[in-house]
Amino acid sequence: MPPVPTAHYVFLSAALFTIGMIGVLTRRNVVIILISIELMLNAVNINLVAFSNLLQSVNGQAFAIFVIVDAAAEAAVGLGIVIALFRNKETIQADEIDLMKW
Amino acid sequence: MQSVLPSLFFYALATMILVSAVVTITRRNAVHSVIWLISTLLGIAGLFLHQHAEFLAAVQVIVYIGGITVLFLFVIMLVNLDEAAKKKQFAGQWKIVVICAGALLAELGFFIFKGAEGFYFAEPAGGSLQPNTQLIALALYRDYLLPFELASLLLLVAMIGAVVLAKKDLK
Amino acid sequence: MLNEYFSSVDLLVLKPAILLTLFAIGVLLTDLMLEPEQKYLNAVMALAGVGFAAYSLGPWPLGLQHQMGMAGADALEAFRGAVIVDSFGIYFMWLFLIAAALSILISIRYLEIEGEHRGEYYAIMLLATVGMMILAIGMDLITLFMGLELMVISIYILTGYLRRDRRSNEAALKYLLLGAFSSGILLYGMSLLYGLSGSTDLRIIASSISQRPAGDPLVLIAVITICGGLFFKIGAVPFHQWLPDAYEGAPHCVTAFMSVGPKAAAFALLIRMFLVPLASVRDVWLPLVIGVAIATMTIGNLAAITQSNVKRMLGYSAISHAGYMLLGIVSGNENGLKGIMIYLMVYAFMNLGAMAVIVAMRRKDIIGDEIDDFAGLVYKSPTAAVLMLIFLLSLAGIPPTAGFIGKYFIFLSLIETGHYGLAVVAVLYVAVSLYYYFQIVTSMFTREATDNVVPALSPGIRLALGVSLAMTLFIGLYPNPIIEVAGNTVASILR
Repeated sequence: MPPVPTAHYVFLSAALFTIGMIGVLTRRNVVIILISIELMLNAVNINLVAFSNLLQSVNGQAFAIFVIVDAAAEAAVGLGIVIALFRNKETIQADEIDLMKW
Repeated sequence: MQSVLPSLFFYALATMILVSAVVTITRRNAVHSVIWLISTLLGIAGLFLHQHAEFLAAVQVIVYIGGITVLFLFVIMLVNLDEAAKKKQFAGQWKIVVICAGALLAELGFFIFKGAEGFYFAEPAGGSLQPNTQLIALALYRDYLLPFELASLLLLVAMIGAVVLAKKDLK
Repeated sequence: MLNEYFSSVDLLVLKPAILLTLFAIGVLLTDLMLEPEQKYLNAVMALAGVGFAAYSLGPWPLGLQHQMGMAGADALEAFRGAVIVDSFGIYFMWLFLIAAALSILISIRYLEIEGEHRGEYYAIMLLATVGMMILAIGMDLITLFMGLELMVISIYILTGYLRRDRRSNEAALKYLLLGAFSSGILLYGMSLLYGLSGSTDLRIIASSISQRPAGDPLVLIAVITICGGLFFKIGAVPFHQWLPDAYEGAPHCVTAFMSVGPKAAAFALLIRMFLVPLASVRDVWLPLVIGVAIATMTIGNLAAITQSNVKRMLGYSAISHAGYMLLGIVSGNENGLKGIMIYLMVYAFMNLGAMAVIVAMRRKDIIGDEIDDFAGLVYKSPTAAVLMLIFLLSLAGIPPTAGFIGKYFIFLSLIETGHYGLAVVAVLYVAVSLYYYFQIVTSMFTREATDNVVPALSPGIRLALGVSLAMTLFIGLYPNPIIEVAGNTVASILR
């Protein structure tokens, strides 16, 4: 039984996840939206490691490694698209990088 | 008398993580945002260390902070977001913010009301987290061999994609 | 090579995916040696890869189905239970290979016109197919997640493939942001499932969840987040906003692929998740699915009426089709699932056929995806017009085209399980869909041609159109083989 109850970790993870979600939904700058998505994925990782610690099984940590791999791939492709977008709209500076999403 | 130090670590790191996260999403300047993201990630790495996930903590620092955030910084410099920083930052979606914050508060209420014992998870099935790197190696190469290979394909695709999308002149 | 961690069963099960990967890498290498006029050879190599993968899958000697038949096994477990190949998985793997082959055929000429004809396109498409195959056979959270991400990231790249086209860039960005967001939500639910059960195996999760008290808040959160993530992937309301933009902005051939393959793969994942780990909490997710299905059919059909861009209209119609297929989950009985399977296979052919015609419309200056571009098509190219007519009839679900069969089984299953209201609503929406599909038909047949440019049916497009037409009519007129195959598939997963 870990000294800090797992429920505390789950709550921390939920709070971080919500902060990330708010970032994705309210910000207009694309790069900051990508950063908020990274926050959400880290919240998932906190969850996984907390469960791994509770269950004394490394499976959760392995899952977390795969989540980090996915986060890296998504960030790379997302930033690649941002660069492609920027090249196309070179003349109109960077205000189109702010999206009106909904 | 049980040591109070572990919980102290947790609450200190948790506060650091949450405060850094809130600051991350509210910065006008994207570079500041990334710096605060690094702070959040460091806090999370500390949490991982605290929970006997040493390998993962190292991976978090090296890959996430050392790789992904550096990539973010490079692209921000390349794309020159100074103009964007002068414009309106937040979409007018405050309603969603209120709903999300409300959901969070509802969760807080649940948590306080039920108490930490109300949430129960699965039972430990008798295993170990030590020696950490060896066990993770076994997990990756035995239990999760297929996802491991798929991860390599995923990174290949991401590499090809990044080049195809961002390279200046393709023949 | 074959040892305690990797056995011959693992190799057998993975052979189609391995072959696709090898040919994807091969395409990347041969692309370096080709002159610009010879780039179509990349497509030939990619098709060869699909062919080899199909061979290693089939009921021929050395094929997977053959080995399974010889061993008398209904299902093969591999990778220590992370993967299970049953008829469900094999059906979907065939679907993905067909979708990939047809998409490659129609891509050749389109990419030549766009000036973006490079080998990387085919390599990424093949790797996306590998990801989809994993989704069909996965039985483990991590495996499914990795397959999902492999597929989805490949599609983000393909959507943004026309680097110099702003619409393509924006479509890819919007798709990526919302897709990554939904992946995060889905992952959160998966992490909760791991915590609640102690394992990432779907079957162990199923038994752990069933032992939980009803109304458990953690299970509730897990169900809601997983449903949310899955609904994003299939384009159900209210998470559909990315779909029309992605379909409109992506290159035509990528829209074709994306509307068929990844959609079917997302449904395979959805069926697996609802049928295995979340089976015991059906009363939690059933109202959610019913609400989402109704909303999806409503918005998909009503929004399609006002569209003037054909790809966008097909995007909204794809949303409405997802709504019909969700009804199959609502009824959840044998006919319902059979209906979904048949629907997905038939949808592959008719949608790829319709998109092939749109791809053929792409000429030097004309993008070819507005309804006005189709004006008077019957005078310029009667073949293309009649083909489009047949595919549109099939999309609307008019007998004797194949589209009718899928809808028939889903509506039948709704009546069997007593959801009469839903059946009536669905049929009404089918009538509404006739209106917007016929907007294209009237444009083709009754309006005057505005220019003299004839859609060029390249050999690849002709072959793709031929196959799609043949299957659309064949399944429509003689549906028994596919009904039987789908029935066997459903029996294997409902066991």
